[in-house]
Amino acid sequence: MNFDLLVAILMTIAGAATPLLIAGLGELVVEKSGVLNLGVEGMMLIGAVTGFAVATTTGYPVIGLVAAMLAAAAAALIFAFLVLTLMANQVATGLALTIFGTGVSALIGAPFVGITTPTLGLLFPHALTDTPLLRLIFGHSPLVYFSLILTVAVFWFLNRTRAGLILRAVGESDSAAHAIGYPVLLVRYLAVLFGGAMAGLAGCYYSLVLTPMWAERLTAGRGWIAIALVVFASWRPGRMLAGAYLFGLVITMELQAKAAGFNILAPEFLAALPYIATIVVLAVISAAKRGGTNAPACLGKPFRATA
Amino acid sequence: MAAKAAQVPRLALKDISKRFPGVVANDRVSFAVPAGAIHALLGENGAGKSTLVKIIYGVQAADDGQIVFDGQPVRIGSPREARALGIGMVFQHFSLFEAMTVLENIALGMDNPPPRRELEARVRAVLESYGLALDPHRHVHTLSVGERQRIEIVRALLQNPSLLIMDEPTSVLTPQEVEQLFTTLRRLADEGCSILYISHKLHEIKALCQSATIMRGGKVVASCDPRDESARSMAELMIGGSLKDLSDKTDCTYGEARFVVNALSAPGEPPFGTSLKDVSFSVRSGEIFGIAGVAGNGQNELLAVLSGERQAGVSGSLTLDGEELVHASVGARRRAGLASAPEERNGHAAVPGMTLAENALLSARNRMGLSSGGLIRSRAAKNYAAKVIEAFSVKATGPGAAAGSLSGGNLQKYVMGREIMQNPSVLVVSQPTWGVDAGAAGFIRQAMIDLVAKGACVVVVSQDLDELLELCDRLAVINEGRLSEPMDVKGISIERVGLLMGGIHGASPEGDAPIRPAAKAFAAEISA
Repeated sequence: MNFDLLVAILMTIAGAATPLLIAGLGELVVEKSGVLNLGVEGMMLIGAVTGFAVATTTGYPVIGLVAAMLAAAAAALIFAFLVLTLMANQVATGLALTIFGTGVSALIGAPFVGITTPTLGLLFPHALTDTPLLRLIFGHSPLVYFSLILTVAVFWFLNRTRAGLILRAVGESDSAAHAIGYPVLLVRYLAVLFGGAMAGLAGCYYSLVLTPMWAERLTAGRGWIAIALVVFASWRPGRMLAGAYLFGLVITMELQAKAAGFNILAPEFLAALPYIATIVVLAVISAAKRGGTNAPACLGKPFRATA
Repeated sequence: MAAKAAQVPRLALKDISKRFPGVVANDRVSFAVPAGAIHALLGENGAGKSTLVKIIYGVQAADDGQIVFDGQPVRIGSPREARALGIGMVFQHFSLFEAMTVLENIALGMDNPPPRRELEARVRAVLESYGLALDPHRHVHTLSVGERQRIEIVRALLQNPSLLIMDEPTSVLTPQEVEQLFTTLRRLADEGCSILYISHKLHEIKALCQSATIMRGGKVVASCDPRDESARSMAELMIGGSLKDLSDKTDCTYGEARFVVNALSAPGEPPFGTSLKDVSFSVRSGEIFGIAGVAGNGQNELLAVLSGERQAGVSGSLTLDGEELVHASVGARRRAGLASAPEERNGHAAVPGMTLAENALLSARNRMGLSSGGLIRSRAAKNYAAKVIEAFSVKATGPGAAAGSLSGGNLQKYVMGREIMQNPSVLVVSQPTWGVDAGAAGFIRQAMIDLVAKGACVVVVSQDLDELLELCDRLAVINEGRLSEPMDVKGISIERVGLLMGGIHGASPEGDAPIRPAAKAFAAEISA
């Protein structure tokens, strides 16, 4: 295998892993605060379509990016209001959010189908990407670098800052956090908003970077993989990075196998590979872990501030 | 001016009222705690003490009334505001985060914690000066009740409070540790810190407190100077009636050794559990056998191994009337007549979300015939639960009440009743009266005495030494998974028991006499 091809494959892996990583880290923070938001896929779609629409209309992809985060965060706010203030069931509400996001993105996106858009350029000048090796280092979308910085930032936030400690405390025992005097709901609102913004960013990575176009259900279920990755990573940002790139590899294998005309297995099987890998990995993780899985103790439980 | 300031009470409550749907938790409660005083708040479970201290600590808001702190009327809207005023609190039900370390838990309880290293140094300094054993880097879920409580105490002390609220702080300490805590509290009081002390242990209140407020049914019913009262008179004020004595156990009714444990060993649950090492004892018919010790020395492990919950890696023998049970399942043990009740009533002994009848089914289905052929006999379960409620005067709406809706003491009565009314040959219980008020505790103890009078035997694991001394015929001390020689309670030296208990957590070398050297070191520490 020549070096160029290897670089191309590695770049594809990074490209496939980045949205999973961004959305996954967002969901990780949400779950660490004790909220289970299954609406990641829906928020990603809202982000994807908003980003595309705004970038096409204004001509500035960066504005699209910001709009995507705001729109997905707005969707997350609806979710937060329903599950935190009105204490609706988190699983059902999350599923509803995904259905809502799928529908509303198709509606908004209808006029944009088949149009191309100005894409988000590269971060570094082209002079730096002359050789394959340099391309591997400098030739990625800004969001790839952002996702790596985000991993470190989330790790640092959760483990080294007081705000992160409080967020984990709220996810571990909402009643104890409340008894000490922390604003449980506020912390959870903020976490959910952050998760929404990250899902929106991950979504518009598809429409503004990976495939500069809009199609219905553009994200193709990757939001679900991001949620599974949180469990896979046992709520640790470092493992989230490893997991996202592992899935990036699986997704790339599928693409490469198709491109190479590999036809021993049905193409449907290859397409299903990332999802099969999700199931296998989750099963192996649960079997390998005896005892605590590092899951936040209050994950998915509604909190009513009484006593 | 200064003299006048000293007269202003640290805390004055004026007509505090708090209503919940269906109950008045506090009805125009007024009292004052002077600066530097240790003031006791007494009352049975459900008397409204917890609600009242939650109001003082800002966890709940009063419907009516006024709090005056250092002469200033204050509105305490949150625990943060309470701490800002200088109010510290040690909760009865700990507000701790299981998956986090001791240090993280302490940092969470502070408003402006110093950086990690500095905090650790300060925590270690407090632990040292108050003689509390605790590793700041351990995760809370690996700690025993006693150790958890120490976190709360350290957390409160780090804030240099001017009013410290302590909710049942001594229930899990050794006599020496209690004495040390009292020394600490007295020192704090001398430094001007007021202490609001909630306890059921009336002789402790006599020893520690200068004044007391007694509550019943949400109202202040009396205030007194505990030093002038007897424990009995205060208990009677608390329950609003006369206290029944435990019936004397008649001597020499012991029969054969029925329950024999020989060389029982079990590895500790990794990574922090205590291993049981060569535990042997035997209990005769008609005897109550006590196991004393500081929390976290293998009590939970011992209970799990005796009840059959833990089977993996267990060696040794455990016989009931000659029948070997060490490899028998929990169900088989229950059928053989070995009943047990663990320390944690909510979630271990009983399922909080299930009804009392369903909870009866959990442990009594075989002996009481509450199920047949895999089907539940609901009526039988309901009847049994109703019988338990009746016989143990459990305050509940009936067999259909959720276990979690009962107060701690009532649920404990129910759990104990559920086991005792199955007429077991052996009953193994842990902390049977922890957090239970005097009336209910007496009732539970009496029930155990009545049970052994019928020829059964009882093993009580408790950190409350007074309880063991009152109740047991013989007792042994558990220390880092090893059990001392049993001692007759008559003529026992409390000091010796305390020292056996206190040797724990020290650097006890592995060897032939693991308890004594450490105990001596501990003794030296105290006298130093």
